[in-house]
Amino acid sequence: MKLKLKIWRQRNSSDKGKFASYAVENVNPEMSMLECLDVLNETLIERGEEPVAFEHDCREGICGSCGFMINGVAHGPERATTVCQLTMRHFKDGQELVLEPWRARAFPPLKDLVVDRRSFDRIIEAGGYVSVSTGNAPDGNTIPIGKDTADHAMDAAACIGCGACVAACPNASSALFTGAKISHLGLLPQGQIEQDQRALNMVAQMNIEGFGNCTNIGECTGACPKEIPLEVIATMNRDYRRASSKSHKNHVRSVRPMTEWSNGSKLDIDPHATS
Amino acid sequence: MSASAIDLQQRAPNFWQSTNGKKIVMAVTGFILFLFLIGHLLGNLLVYAGPERFNSYAEFLHFDGTLLWIARSILIIAVVLHIIATVQLAVRNKKARPVGYSRKKAINSSYASRTMYWSGPIVLAFVIFHLLEFTAGTIHPGTVFIPGDVYHNVVTGFQVWWVSAWYIIALILLGFHLRHGLWSMFQSFGVPHSLPRERANKRWALVVAVILIAGYISIPISVLTGLLK
Repeated sequence: MKLKLKIWRQRNSSDKGKFASYAVENVNPEMSMLECLDVLNETLIERGEEPVAFEHDCREGICGSCGFMINGVAHGPERATTVCQLTMRHFKDGQELVLEPWRARAFPPLKDLVVDRRSFDRIIEAGGYVSVSTGNAPDGNTIPIGKDTADHAMDAAACIGCGACVAACPNASSALFTGAKISHLGLLPQGQIEQDQRALNMVAQMNIEGFGNCTNIGECTGACPKEIPLEVIATMNRDYRRASSKSHKNHVRSVRPMTEWSNGSKLDIDPHATS
Repeated sequence: MSASAIDLQQRAPNFWQSTNGKKIVMAVTGFILFLFLIGHLLGNLLVYAGPERFNSYAEFLHFDGTLLWIARSILIIAVVLHIIATVQLAVRNKKARPVGYSRKKAINSSYASRTMYWSGPIVLAFVIFHLLEFTAGTIHPGTVFIPGDVYHNVVTGFQVWWVSAWYIIALILLGFHLRHGLWSMFQSFGVPHSLPRERANKRWALVVAVILIAGYISIPISVLTGLLK
Protein backbone atom coordinates (compact mmCIF):
# COMPACT_ATOMS: atom_id res chain seq x y z
CA MET A 1 0.00 0.00 0.00
CA LYS A 2 0.99 3.64 -0.52
CA LEU A 3 0.76 6.33 2.13
CA LYS A 4 1.34 10.05 2.23
CA LEU A 5 3.00 11.07 5.49
CA LYS A 6 2.83 14.70 6.54
CA ILE A 7 5.38 14.88 9.34
CA TRP A 8 6.36 17.69 11.71
CA ARG A 9 10.04 18.47 11.13
CA GLN A 10 11.90 20.55 13.70
CA ARG A 11 15.70 20.60 13.84
CA ASN A 12 15.97 21.47 17.53
CA SER A 13 14.10 23.15 20.36
CA SER A 14 14.88 26.66 19.10
CA ASP A 15 13.83 25.88 15.52
CA LYS A 16 10.32 26.95 14.56
CA GLY A 17 9.48 23.71 12.79
CA LYS A 18 7.16 22.97 9.88
CA PHE A 19 5.35 20.10 8.18
CA ALA A 20 6.99 18.17 5.36
CA SER A 21 5.19 15.66 3.14
CA TYR A 22 6.67 12.32 2.14
CA ALA A 23 5.21 9.69 -0.15
CA VAL A 24 5.94 6.19 1.14
CA GLU A 25 5.50 3.38 -1.42
CA ASN A 26 5.44 -0.33 -0.66
CA VAL A 27 4.07 -0.08 2.85
CA ASN A 28 3.42 -3.57 4.15
CA PRO A 29 0.04 -3.66 5.94
CA GLU A 30 1.63 -5.85 8.65
CA MET A 31 4.20 -3.18 9.49
CA SER A 32 3.85 -1.10 12.62
CA MET A 33 3.70 2.68 12.39
CA LEU A 34 7.29 2.87 13.64
CA GLU A 35 8.47 0.33 11.07
CA CYS A 36 6.81 2.47 8.42
CA LEU A 37 8.89 5.40 9.69
CA ASP A 38 11.99 3.15 9.63
CA VAL A 39 11.33 2.47 5.94
CA LEU A 40 10.89 6.18 5.28
CA ASN A 41 14.10 6.97 7.18
CA GLU A 42 16.08 4.41 5.10
CA THR A 43 15.07 6.23 1.94
CA LEU A 44 15.78 9.61 3.51
CA ILE A 45 19.29 8.45 4.53
CA GLU A 46 19.87 7.11 1.00
CA ARG A 47 18.89 10.49 -0.39
CA GLY A 48 21.25 12.19 2.07
CA GLU A 49 18.44 13.83 4.01
CA GLU A 50 18.00 14.03 7.77
CA PRO A 51 15.93 11.05 8.99
CA VAL A 52 12.79 11.67 11.06
CA ALA A 53 13.57 11.55 14.79
CA PHE A 54 11.11 9.63 16.96
CA GLU A 55 11.39 7.94 20.33
CA HIS A 56 11.15 4.16 20.62
CA ASP A 57 12.53 1.37 22.73
CA CYS A 58 10.75 -1.94 23.35
CA ARG A 59 8.36 -1.78 20.38
CA GLU A 60 5.97 -4.07 22.22
CA GLY A 61 3.78 -1.42 23.83
CA ILE A 62 5.10 -1.54 27.38
CA CYS A 63 8.01 0.89 27.71
CA GLY A 64 6.22 4.20 27.12
CA SER A 65 8.92 5.66 24.88
CA CYS A 66 7.00 6.05 21.65
CA GLY A 67 4.04 8.19 20.89
CA PHE A 68 2.88 10.99 18.60
CA MET A 69 -0.34 12.30 17.16
CA ILE A 70 -1.73 10.63 14.03
CA ASN A 71 -4.46 12.69 12.35
CA GLY A 72 -5.24 14.50 15.59
CA VAL A 73 -5.46 11.43 17.83
CA ALA A 74 -2.74 10.47 20.32
CA HIS A 75 -1.23 7.07 19.31
CA GLY A 76 -3.53 6.93 16.29
CA PRO A 77 -7.05 5.67 15.73
CA GLU A 78 -6.85 2.27 17.46
CA ARG A 79 -7.91 2.23 21.11
CA ALA A 80 -5.49 0.88 23.74
CA THR A 81 -2.63 0.76 21.23
CA THR A 82 0.73 2.52 21.20
CA VAL A 83 2.16 3.65 17.83
CA CYS A 84 4.70 0.78 17.92
CA GLN A 85 1.82 -1.71 18.07
CA LEU A 86 -0.35 0.09 15.55
CA THR A 87 -0.24 -1.86 12.29
CA MET A 88 -0.63 -0.15 8.95
CA ARG A 89 -3.60 -2.33 7.94
CA HIS A 90 -5.78 0.05 9.96
CA PHE A 91 -5.18 2.73 7.32
CA LYS A 92 -6.50 2.93 3.77
CA ASP A 93 -4.30 2.73 0.70
CA GLY A 94 -3.36 6.24 -0.39
CA GLN A 95 -4.43 7.83 2.90
CA GLU A 96 -2.66 10.92 4.22
CA LEU A 97 -1.40 10.65 7.82
CA VAL A 98 -0.47 13.79 9.74
CA LEU A 99 2.20 13.00 12.35
CA GLU A 100 2.70 15.63 15.03
CA PRO A 101 4.57 15.54 18.34
CA TRP A 102 2.81 15.85 21.73
CA ARG A 103 2.20 19.55 22.26
CA ALA A 104 2.32 20.92 25.79
CA ARG A 105 4.27 23.59 27.61
CA ALA A 106 5.49 20.94 30.05
CA PHE A 107 6.72 18.80 27.12
CA PRO A 108 9.10 21.14 25.25
CA PRO A 109 9.99 19.93 21.76
CA LEU A 110 13.47 18.48 21.21
CA LYS A 111 13.50 17.30 17.60
CA ASP A 112 10.87 16.28 15.04
CA LEU A 113 8.50 13.95 16.91
CA VAL A 114 10.58 13.82 20.12
CA VAL A 115 9.60 15.93 23.14
CA ASP A 116 11.22 16.37 26.56
CA ARG A 117 9.01 14.45 28.99
CA ARG A 118 11.20 14.81 32.07
CA SER A 119 8.40 16.73 33.79
CA PHE A 120 6.86 13.26 34.30
CA ASP A 121 10.11 12.03 35.88
CA ARG A 122 10.05 14.95 38.30
CA ILE A 123 6.44 14.19 39.29
CA ILE A 124 7.57 10.63 40.11
CA GLU A 125 10.62 11.96 41.94
CA ALA A 126 8.39 14.21 44.06
CA GLY A 127 6.47 11.30 45.57
CA GLY A 128 5.90 8.34 43.26
CA TYR A 129 7.73 5.86 45.43
CA VAL A 130 7.44 3.78 48.60
CA SER A 131 10.24 4.22 51.15
CA VAL A 132 11.60 0.83 52.14
CA SER A 133 14.27 0.14 54.75
CA THR A 134 16.97 -2.02 53.25
CA GLY A 135 17.57 -5.54 54.49
CA ASN A 136 16.09 -8.88 53.61
CA ALA A 137 13.05 -8.72 51.40
CA PRO A 138 9.92 -9.67 53.36
CA ASP A 139 8.04 -12.83 52.45
CA GLY A 140 5.78 -12.36 49.45
CA ASN A 141 2.44 -12.90 51.16
CA THR A 142 3.06 -11.62 54.69
CA ILE A 143 0.59 -8.80 54.07
CA PRO A 144 -2.64 -10.28 52.69
CA ILE A 145 -4.15 -8.13 49.94
CA GLY A 146 -7.58 -8.83 48.44
CA LYS A 147 -7.76 -9.79 44.80
CA ASP A 148 -10.01 -6.78 44.07
CA THR A 149 -7.52 -4.37 45.57
CA ALA A 150 -4.59 -6.00 43.83
CA ASP A 151 -6.38 -5.84 40.46
CA HIS A 152 -7.37 -2.25 41.06
CA ALA A 153 -3.81 -1.25 41.91
CA MET A 154 -2.53 -3.16 38.91
CA ASP A 155 -4.94 -1.33 36.58
CA ALA A 156 -3.45 1.98 37.72
CA ALA A 157 0.11 0.62 37.69
CA ALA A 158 -0.30 -0.27 34.01
CA CYS A 159 0.53 3.38 33.19
CA ILE A 160 3.65 3.47 31.03
CA GLY A 161 4.10 7.24 31.25
CA CYS A 162 3.96 7.80 27.48
CA GLY A 163 2.31 11.20 27.80
CA ALA A 164 -0.68 10.51 25.53
CA CYS A 165 -3.04 11.74 28.27
CA VAL A 166 -1.36 15.16 28.28
CA ALA A 167 -1.28 15.22 24.48
CA ALA A 168 -4.96 14.34 24.14
CA CYS A 169 -6.16 16.71 26.87
CA PRO A 170 -7.39 20.06 25.51
CA ASN A 171 -5.89 21.62 28.65
CA ALA A 172 -2.60 19.66 28.46
CA SER A 173 -3.30 18.35 31.97
CA SER A 174 -1.32 15.49 33.47
CA ALA A 175 -4.08 14.53 35.91
CA LEU A 176 -4.46 10.99 34.54
CA PHE A 177 -0.71 10.27 34.80
CA THR A 178 -0.34 11.73 38.29
CA GLY A 179 -3.60 10.10 39.38
CA ALA A 180 -2.43 6.69 38.14
CA LYS A 181 0.86 6.98 40.02
CA ILE A 182 -0.86 8.16 43.22
CA SER A 183 -3.54 5.44 42.97
CA HIS A 184 -1.42 2.40 42.34
CA LEU A 185 0.75 3.07 45.40
CA GLY A 186 -1.99 4.38 47.67
CA LEU A 187 -4.26 1.38 47.10
CA LEU A 188 -1.75 -1.04 48.63
CA PRO A 189 -0.86 -1.18 52.36
CA GLN A 190 2.84 -0.57 51.73
CA GLY A 191 2.05 2.68 49.97
CA GLN A 192 -0.61 3.93 52.37
CA ILE A 193 1.93 5.03 54.99
CA GLU A 194 3.12 7.87 52.76
CA GLN A 195 -0.26 8.51 51.11
CA ASP A 196 -0.75 12.08 52.37
CA GLN A 197 2.75 13.31 51.70
CA ARG A 198 2.76 11.62 48.31
CA ALA A 199 -0.45 13.35 47.22
CA LEU A 200 0.79 16.76 48.42
CA ASN A 201 4.22 16.41 46.80
CA MET A 202 3.09 14.96 43.49
CA VAL A 203 0.20 17.41 43.08
CA ALA A 204 2.57 20.29 43.92
CA GLN A 205 5.09 19.12 41.35
CA MET A 206 2.39 18.61 38.71
CA ASN A 207 1.29 22.22 39.29
CA ILE A 208 4.83 23.60 39.16
CA GLU A 209 5.49 21.90 35.83
CA GLY A 210 2.96 24.05 34.01
CA PHE A 211 0.41 21.44 33.01
CA GLY A 212 -3.19 22.58 32.63
CA ASN A 213 -6.01 21.54 34.93
CA CYS A 214 -8.42 18.63 34.65
CA THR A 215 -11.92 19.43 33.39
CA ASN A 216 -13.04 15.77 33.61
CA ILE A 217 -13.93 15.51 29.94
CA GLY A 218 -12.25 12.11 29.53
CA GLU A 219 -10.16 12.56 26.36
CA CYS A 220 -7.14 11.23 28.29
CA THR A 221 -8.63 7.86 29.14
CA GLY A 222 -9.81 7.49 25.52
CA ALA A 223 -6.27 8.06 24.25
CA CYS A 224 -4.50 6.05 26.96
CA PRO A 225 -2.88 2.93 25.47
CA LYS A 226 -3.29 1.23 28.86
CA GLU A 227 -6.93 2.38 29.34
CA ILE A 228 -6.26 3.94 32.74
CA PRO A 229 -9.73 4.84 34.10
CA LEU A 230 -10.78 8.38 35.09
CA GLU A 231 -11.28 7.03 38.59
CA VAL A 232 -7.58 7.57 39.32
CA ILE A 233 -8.13 11.33 39.00
CA ALA A 234 -10.90 11.20 41.60
CA THR A 235 -8.55 9.17 43.83
CA MET A 236 -5.83 11.80 43.43
CA ASN A 237 -8.26 14.60 44.29
CA ARG A 238 -9.51 12.70 47.33
CA ASP A 239 -6.00 12.01 48.61
CA TYR A 240 -5.03 15.63 48.00
CA ARG A 241 -8.15 16.97 49.74
CA ARG A 242 -7.66 14.70 52.75
CA ALA A 243 -3.96 15.51 53.01
CA SER A 244 -4.64 19.25 52.69
CA SER A 245 -7.12 19.18 55.56
CA LYS A 246 -4.54 17.77 57.99
CA SER A 247 -1.61 19.61 59.52
CA HIS A 248 1.81 18.41 58.51
CA LYS A 249 5.24 18.41 60.05
CA ASN A 250 6.95 17.87 56.72
CA HIS A 251 7.15 20.57 54.11
CA VAL A 252 5.78 19.91 50.68
CA ARG A 253 8.76 19.07 48.54
CA SER A 254 9.11 19.97 44.93
CA VAL A 255 11.81 19.00 42.51
CA ARG A 256 13.59 21.53 40.35
CA PRO A 257 14.93 20.67 36.93
CA MET A 258 18.65 19.81 37.14
CA THR A 259 19.40 20.43 33.51
CA GLU A 260 17.52 22.47 31.05
CA TRP A 261 17.92 20.95 27.61
CA SER A 262 15.08 23.01 26.40
CA ASN A 263 16.75 26.37 27.11
CA GLY A 264 20.18 25.25 25.95
CA SER A 265 22.03 25.49 29.26
CA LYS A 266 24.35 22.63 30.17
CA LEU A 267 24.49 20.93 33.56
CA ASP A 268 23.21 23.60 35.90
CA ILE A 269 23.13 21.98 39.30
CA ASP A 270 20.73 23.59 41.68
CA PRO A 271 21.98 23.43 45.30
CA HIS A 272 18.36 23.39 46.52
CA ALA A 273 17.27 20.80 44.01
CA THR A 274 15.12 18.80 46.38
CA SER A 275 14.30 21.38 49.03
CA MET B 1 10.37 27.71 25.78
CA SER B 2 13.39 29.19 27.54
CA ALA B 3 11.11 31.29 29.73
CA SER B 4 9.18 28.26 30.97
CA ALA B 5 11.64 27.34 33.71
CA ILE B 6 11.97 30.92 34.94
CA ASP B 7 8.44 32.23 35.14
CA LEU B 8 6.93 29.09 36.62
CA GLN B 9 6.47 29.40 40.31
CA GLN B 10 9.03 27.15 41.88
CA ARG B 11 7.56 27.01 45.35
CA ALA B 12 4.95 24.41 46.15
CA PRO B 13 1.48 25.86 45.55
CA ASN B 14 -0.97 25.95 48.44
CA PHE B 15 -4.52 24.58 48.26
CA TRP B 16 -6.04 27.52 46.39
CA GLN B 17 -2.99 27.98 44.16
CA SER B 18 -3.13 24.35 43.01
CA THR B 19 -5.38 23.43 40.10
CA ASN B 20 -6.78 20.55 42.16
CA GLY B 21 -7.73 22.87 45.02
CA LYS B 22 -9.48 25.29 42.66
CA LYS B 23 -11.42 22.41 41.12
CA ILE B 24 -12.54 21.27 44.58
CA VAL B 25 -13.76 24.84 45.22
CA MET B 26 -15.58 24.74 41.87
CA ALA B 27 -17.20 21.41 42.78
CA VAL B 28 -18.43 22.69 46.16
CA THR B 29 -19.69 26.03 44.82
CA GLY B 30 -21.28 24.25 41.87
CA PHE B 31 -23.09 21.95 44.28
CA ILE B 32 -24.41 24.93 46.29
CA LEU B 33 -25.73 26.49 43.07
CA PHE B 34 -27.30 23.15 42.10
CA LEU B 35 -29.15 23.04 45.44
CA PHE B 36 -30.39 26.57 44.75
CA LEU B 37 -31.63 25.47 41.32
CA ILE B 38 -33.78 22.75 42.94
CA GLY B 39 -35.26 25.11 45.52
CA HIS B 40 -35.83 27.86 42.97
CA LEU B 41 -37.62 25.48 40.61
CA LEU B 42 -39.90 24.12 43.35
CA GLY B 43 -40.84 27.69 44.28
CA ASN B 44 -41.34 28.74 40.66
CA LEU B 45 -43.67 25.85 39.94
CA LEU B 46 -46.12 27.46 42.40
CA VAL B 47 -46.93 29.80 39.51
CA TYR B 48 -49.29 27.03 38.36
CA ALA B 49 -51.14 27.26 41.69
CA GLY B 50 -52.43 30.72 40.79
CA PRO B 51 -51.50 34.34 41.56
CA GLU B 52 -52.41 34.24 45.25
CA ARG B 53 -50.28 31.31 46.31
CA PHE B 54 -47.39 32.34 44.04
CA ASN B 55 -47.34 35.92 45.36
CA SER B 56 -47.62 34.82 48.98
CA TYR B 57 -44.68 32.45 48.40
CA ALA B 58 -42.66 35.38 47.04
CA GLU B 59 -43.68 37.43 50.08
CA PHE B 60 -42.67 34.55 52.37
CA LEU B 61 -39.14 34.58 50.90
CA HIS B 62 -38.87 38.20 52.06
CA PHE B 63 -40.04 37.50 55.64
CA ASP B 64 -36.72 38.63 57.08
CA GLY B 65 -34.40 41.00 55.31
CA THR B 66 -31.28 39.85 57.15
CA LEU B 67 -31.85 36.16 56.47
CA LEU B 68 -32.63 36.93 52.84
CA TRP B 69 -29.32 38.73 52.42
CA ILE B 70 -27.41 35.96 54.20
CA ALA B 71 -28.86 33.45 51.72
CA ARG B 72 -28.16 35.80 48.82
CA SER B 73 -24.59 36.36 50.05
CA ILE B 74 -23.90 32.64 50.09
CA LEU B 75 -25.11 32.38 46.50
CA ILE B 76 -23.14 35.45 45.37
CA ILE B 77 -19.94 34.18 47.02
CA ALA B 78 -20.47 30.77 45.40
CA VAL B 79 -20.95 32.36 41.97
CA VAL B 80 -17.92 34.63 42.39
CA LEU B 81 -15.62 31.83 43.57
CA HIS B 82 -16.87 29.54 40.79
CA ILE B 83 -16.07 32.19 38.19
CA ILE B 84 -12.71 33.29 39.64
CA ALA B 85 -11.52 29.67 39.74
CA THR B 86 -12.72 29.06 36.16
CA VAL B 87 -11.06 32.17 34.77
CA GLN B 88 -7.76 31.48 36.52
CA LEU B 89 -7.79 27.85 35.38
CA ALA B 90 -8.72 28.85 31.82
CA VAL B 91 -5.79 31.28 31.68
CA ARG B 92 -3.49 28.55 32.92
CA ASN B 93 -4.87 26.05 30.40
CA LYS B 94 -4.28 28.49 27.57
CA LYS B 95 -0.62 28.76 28.62
CA ALA B 96 -0.29 24.99 29.04
CA ARG B 97 -0.31 24.49 25.25
CA PRO B 98 1.53 27.42 23.64
CA VAL B 99 1.71 25.73 20.20
CA GLY B 100 -1.54 24.14 19.14
CA TYR B 101 -2.17 21.08 16.99
CA SER B 102 -2.73 21.39 13.28
CA ARG B 103 -5.33 18.69 13.67
CA LYS B 104 -7.07 17.54 16.86
CA LYS B 105 -9.95 15.12 17.10
CA ALA B 106 -12.16 14.61 20.16
CA ILE B 107 -12.67 10.88 20.63
CA ASN B 108 -14.03 10.36 24.11
CA SER B 109 -15.72 13.52 25.45
CA SER B 110 -19.28 14.79 25.43
CA TYR B 111 -20.38 17.91 23.56
CA ALA B 112 -21.53 19.40 26.87
CA SER B 113 -18.14 18.94 28.51
CA ARG B 114 -16.28 20.62 25.66
CA THR B 115 -18.58 23.65 25.64
CA MET B 116 -18.48 24.52 29.36
CA TYR B 117 -16.52 27.70 28.58
CA TRP B 118 -19.40 28.78 26.30
CA SER B 119 -22.39 27.65 28.34
CA GLY B 120 -20.98 29.19 31.54
CA PRO B 121 -20.65 32.85 30.41
CA ILE B 122 -23.97 32.74 28.53
CA VAL B 123 -25.72 31.44 31.66
CA LEU B 124 -24.03 34.25 33.65
CA ALA B 125 -25.38 36.84 31.19
CA PHE B 126 -28.79 35.19 31.55
CA VAL B 127 -28.65 35.33 35.37
CA ILE B 128 -27.84 39.06 35.26
CA PHE B 129 -30.70 39.70 32.83
CA HIS B 130 -33.02 37.53 34.94
CA LEU B 131 -32.20 39.47 38.13
CA LEU B 132 -32.67 42.81 36.38
CA GLU B 133 -35.99 41.69 34.96
CA PHE B 134 -37.69 39.96 37.89
CA THR B 135 -35.83 41.01 41.04
CA ALA B 136 -34.82 44.62 40.39
CA GLY B 137 -37.38 45.30 37.68
CA THR B 138 -35.11 47.70 35.82
CA ILE B 139 -35.49 45.84 32.53
CA HIS B 140 -39.05 44.73 32.04
CA PRO B 141 -40.11 44.78 28.41
CA GLY B 142 -43.81 44.52 27.75
CA THR B 143 -45.53 46.15 30.70
CA VAL B 144 -44.83 47.91 33.96
CA PHE B 145 -42.96 46.05 36.70
CA ILE B 146 -45.12 45.91 39.84
CA PRO B 147 -43.03 45.18 42.97
CA GLY B 148 -44.72 42.43 44.99
CA ASP B 149 -47.01 41.24 42.19
CA VAL B 150 -44.63 38.52 41.04
CA TYR B 151 -47.31 36.62 39.13
CA HIS B 152 -48.14 39.66 37.03
CA ASN B 153 -44.46 40.36 36.38
CA VAL B 154 -43.75 36.78 35.29
CA VAL B 155 -46.73 36.42 32.99
CA THR B 156 -46.43 39.81 31.31
CA GLY B 157 -42.65 39.40 31.08
CA PHE B 158 -42.86 36.08 29.26
CA GLN B 159 -45.62 37.31 26.93
CA VAL B 160 -42.83 39.11 25.07
CA TRP B 161 -41.74 36.40 22.65
CA TRP B 162 -38.04 37.27 22.50
CA VAL B 163 -37.75 37.31 26.31
CA SER B 164 -39.18 33.78 26.41
CA ALA B 165 -36.94 32.67 23.54
CA TRP B 166 -33.85 34.02 25.30
CA TYR B 167 -34.89 32.26 28.54
CA ILE B 168 -35.45 28.95 26.76
CA ILE B 169 -32.09 29.08 24.94
CA ALA B 170 -30.16 30.12 28.06
CA LEU B 171 -31.85 27.43 30.16
CA ILE B 172 -31.01 24.73 27.62
CA LEU B 173 -27.38 25.85 27.84
CA LEU B 174 -27.66 25.68 31.64
CA GLY B 175 -28.86 22.10 31.09
CA PHE B 176 -25.71 21.35 29.09
CA HIS B 177 -23.64 22.91 31.86
CA LEU B 178 -25.38 20.70 34.42
CA ARG B 179 -25.11 17.58 32.29
CA HIS B 180 -21.32 17.76 32.63
CA GLY B 181 -21.06 19.64 35.94
CA LEU B 182 -23.32 17.35 37.95
CA TRP B 183 -21.13 14.28 37.47
CA SER B 184 -17.87 16.18 37.15
CA MET B 185 -18.25 17.58 40.69
CA PHE B 186 -17.85 14.09 42.15
CA GLN B 187 -14.67 13.64 40.17
CA SER B 188 -13.22 17.03 41.18
CA PHE B 189 -14.19 16.69 44.84
CA GLY B 190 -12.55 13.29 44.85
CA VAL B 191 -15.12 10.51 45.15
CA PRO B 192 -13.47 7.48 43.54
CA HIS B 193 -15.88 5.33 41.54
CA SER B 194 -15.76 2.26 39.37
CA LEU B 195 -16.40 2.52 35.62
CA PRO B 196 -20.03 1.28 35.84
CA ARG B 197 -20.60 3.82 38.62
CA GLU B 198 -19.10 6.56 36.47
CA ARG B 199 -21.49 5.68 33.63
CA ALA B 200 -24.40 5.66 36.09
CA ASN B 201 -23.34 9.08 37.43
CA LYS B 202 -23.30 10.47 33.89
CA ARG B 203 -26.77 9.03 33.21
CA TRP B 204 -28.12 10.52 36.43
CA ALA B 205 -26.55 13.88 35.63
CA LEU B 206 -28.39 13.84 32.29
CA VAL B 207 -31.71 12.80 33.84
CA VAL B 208 -31.52 15.43 36.60
CA ALA B 209 -30.47 18.15 34.14
CA VAL B 210 -33.37 17.30 31.80
CA ILE B 211 -35.92 17.28 34.65
CA LEU B 212 -34.70 20.59 36.07
CA ILE B 213 -34.56 22.38 32.74
CA ALA B 214 -37.91 20.96 31.59
CA GLY B 215 -39.44 22.33 34.80
CA TYR B 216 -37.98 25.78 34.27
CA ILE B 217 -38.77 25.97 30.56
CA SER B 218 -42.36 24.90 31.11
CA ILE B 219 -43.13 28.35 32.59
CA PRO B 220 -42.31 30.58 29.57
CA ILE B 221 -43.87 27.95 27.28
CA SER B 222 -47.07 27.91 29.36
CA VAL B 223 -47.24 31.72 29.15
CA LEU B 224 -46.61 31.74 25.39
CA THR B 225 -49.28 29.07 24.77
CA GLY B 226 -51.76 30.95 26.96
CA LEU B 227 -51.93 28.33 29.73
CA LEU B 228 -50.86 30.98 32.24
CA LYS B 229 -52.60 34.33 31.93
